[in-house]
Amino acid sequence: MSSQPVFSQPEEAGFLPIAQLSLLVTKLMALGYRCLGPTVENGAIVMRELDAPDGLPRGLQAAQAPGRYQLTRDPLNRYFAWANGPQAIKPLAFSPEESLWRVERDAAGALQFAPVLPATPAQAIIGVRACDLAALALQDAHFLQEGRRDAHYAQRREQLFLVAVQCAEPGATCFCASTGDGPTPTVGYDLALTELAEGFVTLAGTVKGQEVLNALGLAPATPQQIEAARQQGQTAAASQTRSLPSRNLRDALMSRLEHPRWDEVATRCLACGNCTAVCPTCFCHAESDVPALDGQASQHVRMWDSCFGESHGHLHGFNVRPDIRSRYRQWLTHKLATWHDQYGRSGCVGCGRCIAWCPAEIDLTEEVAALTRSEVKP
Amino acid sequence: MNTPHAIDAGPPHAATVTARTQESPTIFTLQVRLDDAAAQAAYRFAPGQFNMLYLFGVGEVPVSIMSDPEERDGIGHTIRALGRVTRGLAALQPGDKVGLRGPFGRGWPLQEISGCDIVLVTGGLGCAPVVSVIHYLLRRRERYGKLVIIQGVKHAEDLIWREQYDRWAKLPDTQVLVAASQGGALWPWHVGRVTELFGLANFNPECAVAMMCGPEGMMRSAAENLLARDLPESRLYLSMERNMQCAVGRCGHCQFGGAFVCRDGPVFNWGEVKDLLEHRGF
Repeated sequence: MSSQPVFSQPEEAGFLPIAQLSLLVTKLMALGYRCLGPTVENGAIVMRELDAPDGLPRGLQAAQAPGRYQLTRDPLNRYFAWANGPQAIKPLAFSPEESLWRVERDAAGALQFAPVLPATPAQAIIGVRACDLAALALQDAHFLQEGRRDAHYAQRREQLFLVAVQCAEPGATCFCASTGDGPTPTVGYDLALTELAEGFVTLAGTVKGQEVLNALGLAPATPQQIEAARQQGQTAAASQTRSLPSRNLRDALMSRLEHPRWDEVATRCLACGNCTAVCPTCFCHAESDVPALDGQASQHVRMWDSCFGESHGHLHGFNVRPDIRSRYRQWLTHKLATWHDQYGRSGCVGCGRCIAWCPAEIDLTEEVAALTRSEVKP
Repeated sequence: MNTPHAIDAGPPHAATVTARTQESPTIFTLQVRLDDAAAQAAYRFAPGQFNMLYLFGVGEVPVSIMSDPEERDGIGHTIRALGRVTRGLAALQPGDKVGLRGPFGRGWPLQEISGCDIVLVTGGLGCAPVVSVIHYLLRRRERYGKLVIIQGVKHAEDLIWREQYDRWAKLPDTQVLVAASQGGALWPWHVGRVTELFGLANFNPECAVAMMCGPEGMMRSAAENLLARDLPESRLYLSMERNMQCAVGRCGHCQFGGAFVCRDGPVFNWGEVKDLLEHRGF
């Protein structure tokens, strides 16, 4: 983004002792960043502003399963042993609701239009995951296309400082190893931490990350620490039990558009849109007008939308996707198939959120397996 | 717009309704002029493209551009009053203010097809993208071969611009084939399905281009009929409709397979979309 990537090599890693994690937050706060970190809210980990540099919670794990998310104690009392929460970076770059422009009507009836740009503080997010970074890269591809930059997204995006952490304890719903997006962050971060018992192996990914790293004055990580960090990533990858059968399911799914599984999943899916709300790559949004009470001005607002909603496929007088079958198929085939046509890869980063937060316990990996199991096109 | 901006993502440009015509009980045409004279003079579009029209305090709708691309005084939009925005737009009178963004998307391939016979197929309630092309072709008649206009409607009274069809039918090298599933008093055309008329269409498949617009079922069936008449798939085009809200390929509502209809369409070659069109619900 605004800072050139200069990924430092593992042998250049610094080592941040466990007791000094708050120094990193202190440093970022001193640089003017509003620091967001993991916070427990309504029984889940969410990213909220940290009141104090030592405000990061410790010893939490997130037990996840289809339709389940439960915070538990981490016997090793680590800072980042929770796999993920329902949201991470997406709402901070692509706002769930914001004004795009406003219009005023003067006494003569003439309309004056003006853009509304968000006030965006510099924000540091501590504890983002490899899947979140991969998802952010996909959101960048959508909102920052050459010649098609979305000014609102760009403004927020440029202000982000991303402190990634390696996932040592993937959730049971995670499958980032299978999509190639984790569990060790490799791109897209300013700083990347790997939590070991005694501290963090710390790498810089950008010039601004390197500046923060330099300012911390860390001792270099030892070869043993670097090796332990690498092994921890491998173990975490190997521990994942869910997977997708291929990183490119385009043809496999597009040749099965009338598969009976679509009808079957439609009997379970509630079309609630939870999966699209927690998905870090879903970008659909609705636009609507919010007129002022005095009738002399109006705000043109966009809000996250879901292809599971009734209005998404609305077209003068009829709905192109009137049933849940077609909406689930629209979502899954866009995410895993036609995303390849649009952005050169799958739109799924293996975070597993759509599985954990589905009230009907629908598991994307299981649906894909059922759809693609048969060799012959049904 | 022809401005330094790569895309006209908003806010809209202030514009004024200069004329309003009632075409049928529910269909009307608004002639709109951008308030910024330089912007109006610089405004360029291709037939088949669309604008986003904004009604103050209510919202935006995508509307196909009806006027001729060489007309500089204003921009024509034929609209059916159906939803909140279009019903509000229907109440506008000359002098009223609107917002306008555009033009958007890909129009008809009119440059590439000169010299060819042209088959225009429309269905439903007066299909603006194709009717605008008919006007365009008639004003440049010498550049094209035979013209076949095929229009299907459900009820006889759904056909708007009826006298235009009568007029077109009298032009040389122009064939007009109209069908209504249900006829009415003094209905001079065919009663039945429009697809029953394709056998009568007089064009040379070796040098013909077809452009279609209307309900997808009708277009699928029209495509079958035209391909059966040996029209090559590469010269069959259609204009698609989807729920376009941002018009710049961002909001996701008009996503159709790998395309965003607002950006990559609304005009597509048949080959680009035929596979997905076979499946309802995209």
